[in-house]
Amino acid sequence: METVFTPIQSLSGGVLIGWAAVLLMLTMGRIMGATGILAGILSPSSSSDLTWRLVFLAGMVMGPLVVMLVTGSLPEVSVRVSTPALIIGGVIVGIGVTFGSGCTSGHGVCGMARLSKRSIVATLTFMLTTGITVFVIRHVIGG
Amino acid sequence: MRLILIFAIGLIFGIGISISGMANPAKVINFFDIAGTWDPSLMFVMGGALVTTFIGYRFVLPRPTGPVFESEFQLPTATRLDTRLIGGSALFGIGWGIAGFCPGGALPALGTGRSEVFIFVCALIVGIFVARAVNTALRNRQTASA
Repeated sequence: METVFTPIQSLSGGVLIGWAAVLLMLTMGRIMGATGILAGILSPSSSSDLTWRLVFLAGMVMGPLVVMLVTGSLPEVSVRVSTPALIIGGVIVGIGVTFGSGCTSGHGVCGMARLSKRSIVATLTFMLTTGITVFVIRHVIGG
Repeated sequence: MRLILIFAIGLIFGIGISISGMANPAKVINFFDIAGTWDPSLMFVMGGALVTTFIGYRFVLPRPTGPVFESEFQLPTATRLDTRLIGGSALFGIGWGIAGFCPGGALPALGTGRSEVFIFVCALIVGIFVARAVNTALRNRQTASA
């Protein structure tokens, strides 16, 4: 099913994501990776480490609510896959980002911005396998 | 002060993800469906985020005094392109293609209160613990054989 092409919202959203990454580096000296922040909450190295991560997560979760306050509606979250697919996909993502040490935000934005060779390879790898997976699901199995 | 700023930065990220479309699996999956209902929006997300971060880091990282609240920048030091990195990233992509959520898209989406997001995030956490258990088992075997 088609989705609406939103270049301006997507570009503005991307710029905000970039600002957040730069500001987190400026204040905390950290890479802004969703995987790293979540993993740190699941096994914090100290209580102050846990605190800043939880506060950051709280800010993230408030994002859609602020969008609702301004625009009058929550951002669209359209899930067109089954619950088993969500669960299987979620577990695979969890295993993958742990072994791969990062995801779209950590490798794809922060690592690539540092021109890290590992992040560039990681990003190219997951973009490729995501594309292949979507192709197989939609055009080979679902075709 | 420090925590208020960190909250604000998390909020900027959450708003950015929300308006960009990264929290919307239908849009994410369509970005990768070049052969079908292609929606190139996410190219603009990546482009905007990457250019902003690239320029911003050029100003922030050379600061002789380091970050504002910490003594030094904590940057990854690993440089090896090992099977762990490539295999893990390949798996991540497969999961992302199946579910349509990545961690950075799903965590802010929790704020919408949608049950699908909670299901995905719970599964994500299970996956992280599975990987850690596998990691520990592999390490123990290496120690045992050494």
